[in-house]
Amino acid sequence: MTTLLEVSGVSVSFDGFKAINNLSFQVAERELRAVIGPNGAGKTTFMDIITGKTRPDQGHVRYGDKGASLLSMSESRIAQAGVGRKFQRPTVFEDQSVADNLMMALKRDRGPFAVLFFRPSAADRARVEELADEIGLTPALHRKAGELSHGQKQWLEIGMLLAQEPRLLLVDEPAAGMTPAEREHTTDLLKEAARTRAVVVVEHDMEFVRRLECKVTVLHEGSVLAEGSIDHVTRNEKVIEVYLGR
Amino acid sequence: MPADTTARSSSWRNSSGDSGGITPRSGPFLLRHPSVMVFIALLALFTLGVTILSEGFGIGAISTSFVKTLGKTLCLCLVALAMDLVWGYCGILSLGHMAFFGLGGYAIGMWLMYARTEIIVVESLAAAELPPTPQEISDGIAAQIFGVVGASEFPPVWAFAHSLPLQLAAVVLVPGLLALVFGWLAFRSRVTGVYLSILTQAMTLALSLYLFQNDSGLRGNNGLSGLQNLPGLGDMPQSVVSIWFLWASALALGAGYLLCAWIVSGKFGSVIRAIRDDEARVRFLGYPVEAFKLAVFTVTAVIAGIAGALYYPQAGIINPAEIAPIASIYLAVWVAIGGRGRLYGAVIGAAFVSLLSTWFTGGQAPDVNLGFYRIHWVDWWTVLLGLSFVAVTLFAPRGIGGLVDLIAERRHPDRHGADLGPDQGALREKEADQ
Repeated sequence: MTTLLEVSGVSVSFDGFKAINNLSFQVAERELRAVIGPNGAGKTTFMDIITGKTRPDQGHVRYGDKGASLLSMSESRIAQAGVGRKFQRPTVFEDQSVADNLMMALKRDRGPFAVLFFRPSAADRARVEELADEIGLTPALHRKAGELSHGQKQWLEIGMLLAQEPRLLLVDEPAAGMTPAEREHTTDLLKEAARTRAVVVVEHDMEFVRRLECKVTVLHEGSVLAEGSIDHVTRNEKVIEVYLGR
Repeated sequence: MPADTTARSSSWRNSSGDSGGITPRSGPFLLRHPSVMVFIALLALFTLGVTILSEGFGIGAISTSFVKTLGKTLCLCLVALAMDLVWGYCGILSLGHMAFFGLGGYAIGMWLMYARTEIIVVESLAAAELPPTPQEISDGIAAQIFGVVGASEFPPVWAFAHSLPLQLAAVVLVPGLLALVFGWLAFRSRVTGVYLSILTQAMTLALSLYLFQNDSGLRGNNGLSGLQNLPGLGDMPQSVVSIWFLWASALALGAGYLLCAWIVSGKFGSVIRAIRDDEARVRFLGYPVEAFKLAVFTVTAVIAGIAGALYYPQAGIINPAEIAPIASIYLAVWVAIGGRGRLYGAVIGAAFVSLLSTWFTGGQAPDVNLGFYRIHWVDWWTVLLGLSFVAVTLFAPRGIGGLVDLIAERRHPDRHGADLGPDQGALREKEADQ
């Protein structure tokens, strides 16, 4: 498998605190990867760097076939290049309907003029309905997103990410606040998504990660502590010490 | 599942009002947005009614000065519409849009003043033995216009004042370019929220202070005057001219309303409301947020400029005090009181508050005698306005326009709290409190 994202030697510090310390990390095309680590390990900062929200002090982030550097691109350019991000808390546009939320996320020209003259085609509408079906929100298509339950908002956000058709999907704690049944559905959705694109899941919950059945990267104090299968990393002495032990 | 019934009712509910949306709906634009049609019809009725009651074209029940007040109010409604688009929809609290309004007024005022003075000068020189040279005419006009600030030559900004088409272009271009440059600098540096508001206040203050100077080339604190007299139509009575301007203002307001409604109805409206609610999230969706903000800021500045160009010929005079920071703050207050985030709210707010303001400050409002103190509304109106603003912000954030929701039963609970029960669609904390 070819490499889609390559993070090498990246460091960031905030007021002297090293949030990310010489971190190197690779994800291949259509790979499902879990990133775990205790609080303050730098998981969110790691995502911020890839999506352009935070600029690292040093290091490289290369992405795609040509290995373009993400560090010189704005957030919106990175998103257009195919990097989608799901935040920890569901962030959907509560004032707008589920259909509008999905329509906005559909992969179409993002420039102001194109958007101003955009009128949804039959294919766009069909795609929105298909996505709503996939995330189980068909009955709520014309409800305002703010009226949805917490779990439904999480679904909607995942639907919006799928609508973006990203090549690399970054998912921050998808299972937080979900019922066991919803978690199971989420696991299936993520696995399904990873068939056609790379998915990086940042998660706290070890059981959830186990069900993903994928390679796991353990972060600690801003760098990679261990990498391998879930059984491999849970047997690692250092991992037990910083994360599982107590 | 309770969600089902809500879904059905809300899909009907959504079809009214101009909250917009890009959800699949068919039919012509006006049929999909009945509130726009209602607005245009009411505006046409209003204009017709005023015309029939006017002195110039009708039975004379409304004085010409009141017709002018109504015409000016329509222009204020138009600039409020622009404010609603930039603030209510896109979330940019610009406290400088009256600067663009004033610039539009100055642009048209320069031509009005030049052309009228030219007629006077040519007439007075016609008595001379030799026909006057163009230079003599030009000098005569300059002396007439700038004598009041002790100058007798045209400053460079008046280079196009002789040409109506060029000054009309300036009505659009000057506010548009200023907004484009200012917005580009501010948005690309990611200046948002209260900092942006302060920056826009600084812009309007700087512009106003600059124009107060005599050597600004726009007659300092005297401003431009006599704008109510249309060049070449000196013998046309004001009662007729006032109705022309009323029509022009109504036409501009109607066109502005259609434009704004069209902008907010589609995906563009969806994106700018999303920018208002969560800018960072929109960026991660891949939309160039800064470009959208800049587009909205510039378009609304142009609308404000056009509104100003129609307002000041009706007011008759423009001076730098019109661009003072407080004017833009009033604009925000109108939109807040009317109800931001809905176009008719902005129009209602601007019309209601500015007409009320005219009534209170015009000395027509009866004084209130409290025994120990007499409330003179001319002095106390600003206090009343301030209190209403605070009250609306605290108790009725949807403003006057929110009343429409009550009538149309569009009101639905704010479901922002946590789930109270384990089921989907269970009551939220806030609902249970009600």
